Amino acid sequence: MATRPKSKRQQQLEQAAMIPVDWLEERSGLVGGLKYFLFRKVPAESNWFHTLGSATLTAFLVQVVTGVILAMYYKPAPEEAYASIQNITNDLTLGWLVRGMHRWGASVFIILLFLHMGRVFLFGAYKYPRELNWLIGVILLTLALAEGLTGYLLPWDQTAYWATVVAININANAPIVGPFLGDFLRGGAEIGEETLARFYSLHMLVIPGALFALIGLHLYLVVRLGITAPPWTKVAGGYEPSQNGTPVRKGLVEPRPRGNGAVVQRNPEL
Amino acid sequence: MADDLERPASPSPEEPEPHLPPATIYPFAFASGIALILVGLIINWWLAVAGGVLAVVFGFAWIREATREVRAAPEPEPAAGEPVSELAVEEEGVEQPERYPRAVFLELSTLGIGAAIGGLVTVPALGFMIAPAFVGQESDEIDIGPLDNYPEQQYVVAQFNSKSDQSPEVGRRAAFVRNNGQVNGVPSFTIISNRCAHVGCPTQPQGLPGDAKKITTPSGQVTITPVASVSGFQCPCHGGAYDAEGNRIAGPPVRALDRYQFLIRNGSLVLAKPYSVGKVIGTGAQAQIKSYKEHDPGQHVDGLEQYLWPVVP
Repeated sequence: MATRPKSKRQQQLEQAAMIPVDWLEERSGLVGGLKYFLFRKVPAESNWFHTLGSATLTAFLVQVVTGVILAMYYKPAPEEAYASIQNITNDLTLGWLVRGMHRWGASVFIILLFLHMGRVFLFGAYKYPRELNWLIGVILLTLALAEGLTGYLLPWDQTAYWATVVAININANAPIVGPFLGDFLRGGAEIGEETLARFYSLHMLVIPGALFALIGLHLYLVVRLGITAPPWTKVAGGYEPSQNGTPVRKGLVEPRPRGNGAVVQRNPEL
Repeated sequence: MADDLERPASPSPEEPEPHLPPATIYPFAFASGIALILVGLIINWWLAVAGGVLAVVFGFAWIREATREVRAAPEPEPAAGEPVSELAVEEEGVEQPERYPRAVFLELSTLGIGAAIGGLVTVPALGFMIAPAFVGQESDEIDIGPLDNYPEQQYVVAQFNSKSDQSPEVGRRAAFVRNNGQVNGVPSFTIISNRCAHVGCPTQPQGLPGDAKKITTPSGQVTITPVASVSGFQCPCHGGAYDAEGNRIAGPPVRALDRYQFLIRNGSLVLAKPYSVGKVIGTGAQAQIKSYKEHDPGQHVDGLEQYLWPVVP
């Protein structure tokens, strides 16, 4: 279909619309950075499995948004916690929905994390030069599970209380450091008021802060190193976007790559 | 890295093959050793020792295998024609080389002052985060009511608030109290904590519970429930089972149920420090008990395993 030439009026309108964008770009470079991030080169054979990481990130952001809203109504004190959860669920408008999203979203987040990890493992995407990103991912997984543990106590019902007693005591059974870890998590020798406040702080501030920082690092490395081609790629040696976005193809040294397509060209400057 | 921009889109022909370590069986043998250790810990110590030997031998072999090329490669000698660094050029131009230039001093002092300020903020904050969990752990003495609530040779469940400064929401605990009568004119009580020695769920007495009674003592409200013909205690979480002396008879617990020291003050039974017990020998007033510092549930207090937790706060 031939595109009709744009009318002068349309051109003027488009230019006018670009003025604030250009203003922002000139002063911050953010627009270019965003374009670089969104329109970077990816392997031609990228497929739906490659979206699991973004899906995990989305699940995390849902947890952040719903969690922040829940924190406006939740009261982390032993006498009030359970009542405030009941209030959120039964009385407040749409409270049941936001709490439900947070509660089920937690499971979705963990499930997607594992699927993402499985994809990375099965595609061999953890190999050179992406080992560091795998390690960061392992820490992210641990922190996500810690979020699950600390969040589980907050409804402050019988299940929450006893599950946390058991979970902390399992931690306290680690050799040598266990007893200290247990007391640190409990805030004392026994589960008490401090435990709830402590878990709330860990769940709300400490662990999410670490998650944000490490997710940022994770994404930085994804953008810097590019995405791995799937192992069934027909492009010999795989296809690796270089750091400046220029696609780099490994020459036809081998008819088919060994192992998977994740063989990268070694940059002698690195 | 400006060089990246000039990098050719196709690789140079002399580019080396990507490094791939040779195929090896050592990781599997190493993993089998680890698995054998874990199985051996449950089944038989000797199996664990054999697994340990396997893991060490094959782990070492694996490391040697994986690092062979690296170890074989000689350190490249710096070439004679290598350009000298900028710093060296700079120094050559100066007649008397400055030993400790001001720039270095300023850099180090900035770092030092920064570290000192950071430490001044961080250390107390970390201390406040960690220390309160470990100080003031002494348990309160708990008055659980007049002695006539505790008939001889019968278990009574006493539910009480363990911390007077805390809400009963979290401080509620229970103890199984049995009056063993007098031994040489001294009253004897068996007072067992209901906290399971596996991972801390509340155990229940196996017997016929009577009517509960609420009494008020200086330690707050105490609920007293006599239980007839107690054969033992069971935990609802993971099936730990104990006999009437608190010895483990089945399930995952690693030791007997904890006990409380007691004292009698103004005709009332008062719970003092809790202590941990490995195993109770004998029954009732004749029981022989070695008392250990109170441990978290799941930690061994005797046997070889006790050394897994050398220091307990």
